Amino acid sequence: MYRDVVTARHYEERLQEEYLEGKQPKFDISAGPIPGELHLAAGHEPAAVGVCQHLTDDDTVTAPHRPHHVAIAKGVDLKRMTAEIFGRRTGLSKGKGGHMHLFDPDVNFACSGIIAQGCPPAVGAAMAAKKRNSDAVAVSYVGEGAISQGGFLESLNLASVRDLPVVFVVEDNDWAISMPKERVTDVADGSKRAQGFDLPGERVDHNDPIAVYEAAERAVGRARAGNGPTLIEVQVHRRMGHFMGDAQEYRSDEEVEKLDRLDPIPKLEARLGREGLSDERIEELREAATRRVEDAIEWAKEQPQPDPAEAYDDVFVDPPASTTAAEAGGDD
Amino acid sequence: MAKATEPEGTQRELTMSRAMVEAIAAEMRDDEDVFVMGEDVADYGGIFDSTEGLLDEFGRERVMDVPISETSFVGAGVGAAQAGMRPIVELMFADFFGVCMDQIYNQMAKNTYMSGGSVNVPMVLMTAVGGGYNDAAQHSQTLYGTFAHLPGMKVVVPSTARDAKGLMHTAIRDDDPVVYMFHKRLMGIGWMPAPDGPKTGVPDDDYTVPFGEADVKREGSDVTVVTLGLHVHRAMAAAESLADDGVDAEVVDLRTLVPLDAETVLESVRKTGRLVVVDEDYRSYGVTGEIVARVAETDLGALEAVERVALPDVPIPYARPLENEVLPDAGDVETAIRNAVE
Ligand SMILES: Cc1ncc(C[n+]2csc(CCOP(=O)(O)OP(=O)(O)O)c2C)c(N)n1
Repeated sequence: MYRDVVTARHYEERLQEEYLEGKQPKFDISAGPIPGELHLAAGHEPAAVGVCQHLTDDDTVTAPHRPHHVAIAKGVDLKRMTAEIFGRRTGLSKGKGGHMHLFDPDVNFACSGIIAQGCPPAVGAAMAAKKRNSDAVAVSYVGEGAISQGGFLESLNLASVRDLPVVFVVEDNDWAISMPKERVTDVADGSKRAQGFDLPGERVDHNDPIAVYEAAERAVGRARAGNGPTLIEVQVHRRMGHFMGDAQEYRSDEEVEKLDRLDPIPKLEARLGREGLSDERIEELREAATRRVEDAIEWAKEQPQPDPAEAYDDVFVDPPASTTAAEAGGDD
Repeated sequence: MAKATEPEGTQRELTMSRAMVEAIAAEMRDDEDVFVMGEDVADYGGIFDSTEGLLDEFGRERVMDVPISETSFVGAGVGAAQAGMRPIVELMFADFFGVCMDQIYNQMAKNTYMSGGSVNVPMVLMTAVGGGYNDAAQHSQTLYGTFAHLPGMKVVVPSTARDAKGLMHTAIRDDDPVVYMFHKRLMGIGWMPAPDGPKTGVPDDDYTVPFGEADVKREGSDVTVVTLGLHVHRAMAAAESLADDGVDAEVVDLRTLVPLDAETVLESVRKTGRLVVVDEDYRSYGVTGEIVARVAETDLGALEAVERVALPDVPIPYARPLENEVLPDAGDVETAIRNAVE
């Protein structure tokens, strides 16, 4: 678990550096080696690793626009994911998806940048598992800003009435871009929403991977045993702006200063230390994580850019005759 | 032929976002019933600066941040409008309309008709469109055609600060629902550099740009380029570059898709004989096809050549070489104009 936490954190720090290259001093979103927006998840790691520890490749995870930590915890191919984020041909989606749209069918991982819209497909994956009598489960991640969405609430209901093996995980980082949680909902404990659908709900109140692990153990266990869905809300922290380039002027200095004290990584290290893990072993794990991340980034940056003509492939698996590249790109 | 309603003067230059905000603020001062709601419109001032500064002047009751629940807040806009208010609802990206489409195309757009005219929905639904910054398929669409296709809403697409302000005044005062689509690249926001074109002189006073009046942004005699939004500037660049080769292109900025000023387009095509339509939306079943059809069905004889420049029918890819391939740029417009005049 610790390994995935530090891998995710180091990954985010390195992506941030790479992303800002060429975008400074004046931020220009269309400059630099990484295209598009970038939403980093530093401070969210416990919600990813605590849950995904219980999952196998056969289980499905759908992630939202802030997906890297979950992808790492689920075992998404780090090299191909990085190549995707750099927009390269050997990326998970051949450079077509980008960082908000990571798909790795080998480990049943998918993403959507539209808020809460990963929930219904997770319900569908669970439905398929149930129909096939497999014990696979589906996990869908949303932010606390997403809990007002129809896609989320309707999915809770459908999963509940059909007793489907789904775990809904709310990553509560207190903010939806510039909207503080108290202006999103009057229900501070989001796990209470589960009551409205007659399914179990749990809130894990702090950035604590072990507490998340235990809550997820119960939830995934329930799902695998055929006892239906669970809602888990995890208090995490958004250590950065909503996306790179967001100066967070809406956030108070006190709050931002507090973030270091709330960082889950030193807390986890202290706990592992108390439980007998030596400093050398921690250092070793950290170094291994760093190497893995560096390898992935180095590999990704050496990968070729896609060929422009590839833009026309993959719209259909079985393209109608009229949508050949020449037809589709008729203006060029 | 329609012209901008006021002469070009020596007014101060504004970015398109400032110009839009100026119109919204003026209408809010004039009419207590005008209010703004959307995601990140208050403290953030709109992700694309479309509501920047309004919170300070008008407070949280009139500039409302709302939960991410588009069905409820777009629908609430419909209800408030039917109750006689004049809501301006922002939904950050046109790509997100899917989650609340029923409120848009079955409620907002149809209630006037279904009620036999006894109910009306004077709201403005404002949103950002367009690609060109590698945000991939769920954050880069233009979708002009989708909203212009569905009856019952007026559809506005400004290309300059001056038009943006006048069209916003008209939109807020209009008694029908108006979809106001602004291109991100035109707004003049810090983190996404805009071309020079959209930043124009803007009169201090309130003025309106009427709906259904296209604007000839450049006069020319050889070929008519019909376009809107960001691509007005791409077409202007292409026209300027072709002028050196002796090709004189006229650039018609539609400004509104509903109502559509087919008359100005026709007049221009009758003069030039050649039509190039440029749009950042998907090619099939969209603006380009519509404009060509309008001209063809009214005056087929006026047409000597037709070219279309649009997004080929693919979702917008993320990687730069792929996105560059599918998004039409000034070079693509230039090629189309050359093909038309050959
Ligand atoms: C349907 C839809 N509406 C709005 C957005 C724009 N948007 C992207 S992220 C975001 C905030 C999400 O907040 P939260 O769910 O708390 O997740 P966090 O970003 O805090 O991880 C918004 C409003 C979107 N992507 N999709």
